[in-house]
Amino acid sequence: MTTTIYVPCDTTALSLGADRVAQELQLAAAAQSRDIRLVRNGSRGLFWLEPLVEVETPHGRVAYGPVEPDQIEALVAGGLLDGNAEHPLYLGDIAQHPYLKQQQRLTFARIGITDPICIDDYIAHGGFAGLKQAAVMTPQEIVDEVKTSGLRGRGGAAFPAGIKWQTVLDEPQNQQKYIVCNADEGDSGTFADRLVMECDPYMLIEGMTVAGLAVGATQGFIYVRSEYLLSQKLLDEAIRRAEAQGYLGDNVCGTGRAFRLDVRLGAGAYICGEETSLLESLEGKRGLVRSKPPLPAIKGLFGQPTVVNNVLSLAAVPYILAHGGKAYADYGMGRSLGTLPIQLAGNIKQGGLIELAFGVTLRKILDDFGAGTFTGRPMKAVQVGGPLMAYMPEDQWDTPMDYEAFAKLGAGIGHGGVVVFDDTVDMAEQARFAMEFCAVESCGKCTPCRIGSVRGVEVIDRIRAGDDRDNNLVLLEELCETMVDGSLCAMGGMTPFPVQSVMKYFPEDLMASPRPVEA
Amino acid sequence: MHMSERADPKTTDTTLPNAGDWNTDTIREEVAALQHEPGALLPILHAIQDRIGYVPEAAIPIIADMLQQTRADIHGVISFYHHFRTRPTGSNVLEVCRAEACQARGGRAFERHVQERLGVGYHDTTADNEFTLEPVYCLGNCACGPSIRVNNDIIGRMTPQKFDQLADKLTTSVLQLK
Repeated sequence: MTTTIYVPCDTTALSLGADRVAQELQLAAAAQSRDIRLVRNGSRGLFWLEPLVEVETPHGRVAYGPVEPDQIEALVAGGLLDGNAEHPLYLGDIAQHPYLKQQQRLTFARIGITDPICIDDYIAHGGFAGLKQAAVMTPQEIVDEVKTSGLRGRGGAAFPAGIKWQTVLDEPQNQQKYIVCNADEGDSGTFADRLVMECDPYMLIEGMTVAGLAVGATQGFIYVRSEYLLSQKLLDEAIRRAEAQGYLGDNVCGTGRAFRLDVRLGAGAYICGEETSLLESLEGKRGLVRSKPPLPAIKGLFGQPTVVNNVLSLAAVPYILAHGGKAYADYGMGRSLGTLPIQLAGNIKQGGLIELAFGVTLRKILDDFGAGTFTGRPMKAVQVGGPLMAYMPEDQWDTPMDYEAFAKLGAGIGHGGVVVFDDTVDMAEQARFAMEFCAVESCGKCTPCRIGSVRGVEVIDRIRAGDDRDNNLVLLEELCETMVDGSLCAMGGMTPFPVQSVMKYFPEDLMASPRPVEA
Repeated sequence: MHMSERADPKTTDTTLPNAGDWNTDTIREEVAALQHEPGALLPILHAIQDRIGYVPEAAIPIIADMLQQTRADIHGVISFYHHFRTRPTGSNVLEVCRAEACQARGGRAFERHVQERLGVGYHDTTADNEFTLEPVYCLGNCACGPSIRVNNDIIGRMTPQKFDQLADKLTTSVLQLK
């Protein structure tokens, strides 16, 4: 009898030794003359349990985790291949784990269950149902479905996806149009795009193909950051297989319409996550931000009408087409409809991917899912939405995850990353880093961002050194205002947000002398 | 913060690991294979760097000529992107994540340890040419930091001890008795 074993192959599992776990499993099984079929599945997104090994038993899949490579021999000797429940690492059916059971996984329904590049697995778990539906709809009907869903851009700007698609659809049809996927996931604390690409790449391919049919685009590009080599590799393979089966190519799903897809690699520039900079980069240029208007929907890639959407926006599309926009819009609150893939990261005990309808409070995420800090110390600050967003103090943690509720506080949801810091954090250091990061990553096109960030580091250093503190604080506030009001894009325009949040909520750290870094 | 400022030519000249591995035809081959793609320059630069380990300065006029762009255009693109380098690296490229999620897990102290242990700062190569140290701003492994990348492998939950073991394992140079 052959036993099926699952060992995840996403970056996090690999970073914790999943390849060695897989090798040791094969050796240990061979030593016991047991026949195993090793499947490299995606991650379930419960990262503190990685590498999470699952075994197929007559009663379903049972999990063990976190499994260290050198524990395998003993685990196999102790009956892992038969799903022995006695072992301390035994977790049972992982789908019943409260961390997963409490989630509403619409987009991430398949991750960790399937083999990411197995197209049959994808189809067996509902894949391509949305594309097949789109294939029998008119472009306007597809766009209307996306409008009904209320889907807003998950990259951070939260612009309604349906409106963007409508703009591109409304451009004259006798010209080349493009679908560009922004997979330049540069915000620290985010990994949901990576999980889509590494654990369920066909979902992104399907979403982009639907977008192509909707607006009349025949070519798509996925712009993947160069740090995500595994994503690139898996996407390339998935695209090849999807083409071979007629989901991409000259005749998508028998519609007689063409859609082709290419993966392009970035080259280590945070700014290329900004859509116009990304387009410049795709055109083979320096990633300098463009002035808007014209909007990319009208003059985008190579001057043609272009849909630029984040990975998560496009990954939400297959569900919307398969189940209807209304089904998606039934989740969420206010104008934030559907689900938000929250990425819980930083100093947190139970970090991972949490997909939930908008409206859940930050505190529930931190306490119920996160179970406190990794270090066991009290939490001090939480940065939601990436390096350009505010640090939130504890009295704001009861805020529901909703675009408008966060905006009211001067905070933002961004791409859904939540980075937790314990009470040892020096918030002045965090404010300084915000400026430093901007100085490193600014494209240099506009002065407030290029020069302002350098001056920002200097002013913060003077404040921390106690050098004419009062006047320098006024200067920092004015500098922040100049950057917010005068920058061309969000890089310079939002870098002050974390800085201002430190000035407002953690002023005592700014006034203290810099602490030495303990090695 | 650009790669071209990184290495001291005196040390790199004597330690070029791949110096003989390319010639102008190598460059022409890579450009020719991709030049008809729309927006071909980044894919071309990636192809050259993947093959040679860096983009040699001598490649710039060849690329410019074949793409009918100016040398300034090509240089401008290479220098804009942190990923592209114009000089060879040490035997191992080590990228340490400096971003917030890793900071929250002791990343700053870890960074310092790495620099002290290797005796170099960012964008530098160790004297024995074993390691080139680079900063990276997020590897997407944010729930399991601090993270580093060693060549193509990302490693999570790093500690100074784990790093020392790794560095020992990767250091292949024989001690020289003077």
